[in-house]
Amino acid sequence: MNSDLTRESLLEVFIYESQKLLGELEQAILESEKTKSIDDAAINKIFRAMHTIKGSSSMMCFNNIASLTHSVEDLFYFLREEKPAKVDSGVITDVVLECADFIKVEMQKLENGSEPNGNEKFLAEKVKELLLFIKQDNGATAQKDVKSQSKAGSAVLETKAEKKAQDASFFGLRADEKCYRVTIYFQEDCGMENIRAYNAVHTLIECSRIFRFIPEDILENNETVQTIKNEGFKLYFCSDMKLEELENLISQILYISRLELDEVSLQEASGEILNQPKETVEQLATTSVQEAVQPKGEVETKPVETLSSEVKQVEAKKPEEHAASTQKFISVNVAKLDKLMDLMGELVISEAMVTQHPELAGIKLKNYYKASRQLKKITSEMQDTVMEIRMVPLSSTFQKINRLARDMGRKLEKEIDLEIIGEETEVDKNIIENISDPLMHIIRNSMDHGIETQEERLNKGKPSKGRIILEAKNTGGEVWIIVKDDGKGLDRQRILEKAKKAKLLHKPESEVSDREIYSMIFLPGFSTKENVTEFSGRGVGMDVVKKNIEKLGGVVLIDSKPGEGTTISIRIPLTLAIIDGMIISVGKWRYIVPTISIKESFRLKQKELIIDPEGNEMLMVRGECYPVIRMEKLFCVEDGKKKMEEGIFLMVEDDEDAACLFVDKLIGKQQVVVKAIPKFIKRVRGISGCTLLGDGEVSLIMDVAALVRE
Amino acid sequence: MARREQIEEVFEDTQKGKHLIFLLDNEYFGIEIKYVTEIIGVQSITAVPGQSHYVKGIINLRGKIIPVIDVRILFHRKEKAYDDRTCTVVIEIGEVCIGLIVDRVSEVVLMAEGDIVAAPQVSGEKQNRFIKKIGKVGNEVRLLIDCEKLLDENELESLEKLA
Repeated sequence: MNSDLTRESLLEVFIYESQKLLGELEQAILESEKTKSIDDAAINKIFRAMHTIKGSSSMMCFNNIASLTHSVEDLFYFLREEKPAKVDSGVITDVVLECADFIKVEMQKLENGSEPNGNEKFLAEKVKELLLFIKQDNGATAQKDVKSQSKAGSAVLETKAEKKAQDASFFGLRADEKCYRVTIYFQEDCGMENIRAYNAVHTLIECSRIFRFIPEDILENNETVQTIKNEGFKLYFCSDMKLEELENLISQILYISRLELDEVSLQEASGEILNQPKETVEQLATTSVQEAVQPKGEVETKPVETLSSEVKQVEAKKPEEHAASTQKFISVNVAKLDKLMDLMGELVISEAMVTQHPELAGIKLKNYYKASRQLKKITSEMQDTVMEIRMVPLSSTFQKINRLARDMGRKLEKEIDLEIIGEETEVDKNIIENISDPLMHIIRNSMDHGIETQEERLNKGKPSKGRIILEAKNTGGEVWIIVKDDGKGLDRQRILEKAKKAKLLHKPESEVSDREIYSMIFLPGFSTKENVTEFSGRGVGMDVVKKNIEKLGGVVLIDSKPGEGTTISIRIPLTLAIIDGMIISVGKWRYIVPTISIKESFRLKQKELIIDPEGNEMLMVRGECYPVIRMEKLFCVEDGKKKMEEGIFLMVEDDEDAACLFVDKLIGKQQVVVKAIPKFIKRVRGISGCTLLGDGEVSLIMDVAALVRE
Repeated sequence: MARREQIEEVFEDTQKGKHLIFLLDNEYFGIEIKYVTEIIGVQSITAVPGQSHYVKGIINLRGKIIPVIDVRILFHRKEKAYDDRTCTVVIEIGEVCIGLIVDRVSEVVLMAEGDIVAAPQVSGEKQNRFIKKIGKVGNEVRLLIDCEKLLDENELESLEKLA
């Protein structure tokens, strides 16, 4: 039981670390793709990431991840050490991203509590082949590599390899073993037959003892490609596996077109074999054993040690970035932060209760007030700091979008230029978790529906590359995330027709504003796309987006210009926890209006009220007309003041719109801790939360934006 | 070994079958004790507009804000003024906390599984929607409230409102 608990926490740490590393790795490789070359910093980053994940996944006994990361590590080790000149960064990027995706899927399985049982063999083979290809492409270094790798082995390693080679050359069959000969033919035009043949050797040597293969000089001599093409690649080996098992194993090697597997007697085999120098077999045996991806302790330790010492050297060379970053951060359990925030909120309330206690009213206490001001200052600063602790920059979310844009662009065959502005903007951790899905959906929409194909764009005179700007900025109390594309914009007419058909129009056509029409896409089931594609068209996206954003207390706005593009803005209140509020009273209830929304307050006489033909009340202030909202009517409060002279007006505004609230009295300013409306209570338009006033009474906080927007 | 199992069993069963009995006028109702977190007097309630008529508003419970339901209104009875014996039974279902305002709280009884039977279905009356089972105590019968249904009903109504 105890080990279960520790395994749980180990697992959590493993998932968290690996995901972080994968994120960095993705970033590095995507950058490299953009610059079309993989620089040293990126190679080191990726190598380190893979190395760390390999280590931790081996420790957790997730062998498939360990094996895959091992192959990628080998690849990047080669890139780092040999610095080959001919390298196709595009191909490398693709492979690395595929591996990262595989690991991500396995992480997902782990998070859900299931087993990470993905089969990494295909991918690992691919990586190994790529490495061989690069080695081959960059000529003689391949040979040198083989030799240097065998030197890097320990004494233990060498004797083991030698033993294996010796056994092979003994031609003696062990119990249960049979002698086989297999001739492998590769597919036409698969290329690099000699490398594939080497692969076959590698595959077989893990479960059998190979004593000869023809042709022997596959790695060094390119002419062997032709030989293999014509005559096939022949292998002679002893194995205790059954014929069918062997056939299965060998046919799994990529690009095999057919194979002829026969059991032969030792005499036949020795008869068929030409005299070849033994060294080749030994050499290959050594390297194969070393490259063998078996997580057996001894075999792995020595190479890893040499590698790690080199990694240390590399790390010493780059002290600034990496060392600095490991010291600056500490991971904290979110539950602790939540508790801290709650306590902070209680502290603010208590501080108000002490410094504004009714029993002190009117008494002259100069020094006391000085001290209480100091207390208020400190509490204020503490509160700001605690808020900041929970803030996380948006960059991780934005990087995910980078990846999404790239992958989608490829699939849809559209070239997209994604510009990210303000990714260092910080938001509360809660918000980050809930905003990445809606954002991805919006970007998917832009790319799928909005941006036209290259042809269409060129015809319209637009640049062939579509442009999407993803911007985040901090505006006082809110965080704005804006997605702007230069695609074809929303089709006003189509939306209108769809709305009419679905009977969603409640106003006569001529009176519906553009914004209202565009907002219809938020209705569930709404989609003007005829076909459902892999990415969109089912009409389930936008309303989920809207719900998710509203859950965070935010809003989504759409603006569009046909032919020019669409802009979607998400606005989320920044500090959910503590705001400056003005206490107002209506009837016997007290409400809070955030001070940030209040522009001014004033009194008016009854006759200055204007009533339009439909009964709506309005006011003129300095030449501008504003709608009047009577609080007592809005919230059905009894005893609210009705006559203008008995109450007071508050002009409140939100961004562009403004209105005048009619309330009974202004009681005072206070910092309030915003508490979420309990789940059971249904959301009411105009109320964004509640709080506890100094005397313990619960007070509702008004959502000015919703009221004003009507 | 056997003793250990016995002890564990007893531990599990401490709350099972126990119901809190409360009164509305003369009728007794029961609620599974596993949902009840505390019982407090009636506090000042802040009304919230736009809710179902049985949701009276929200109260401050030692810093936590919870909604309160008047069970009399929920079961279509005439509203009565709160007196000093009126209680708020705070229940917690999963993450949701609600307070139920009742006339009187009576006792906690243990009802064996055999004493709990399904309530007869009388269509049309709203009361029955929240009462799934009936428990027998001696010669008398207590209507047992289905807490989860309370939550579901509320969900349904909010969805209807949005649609």
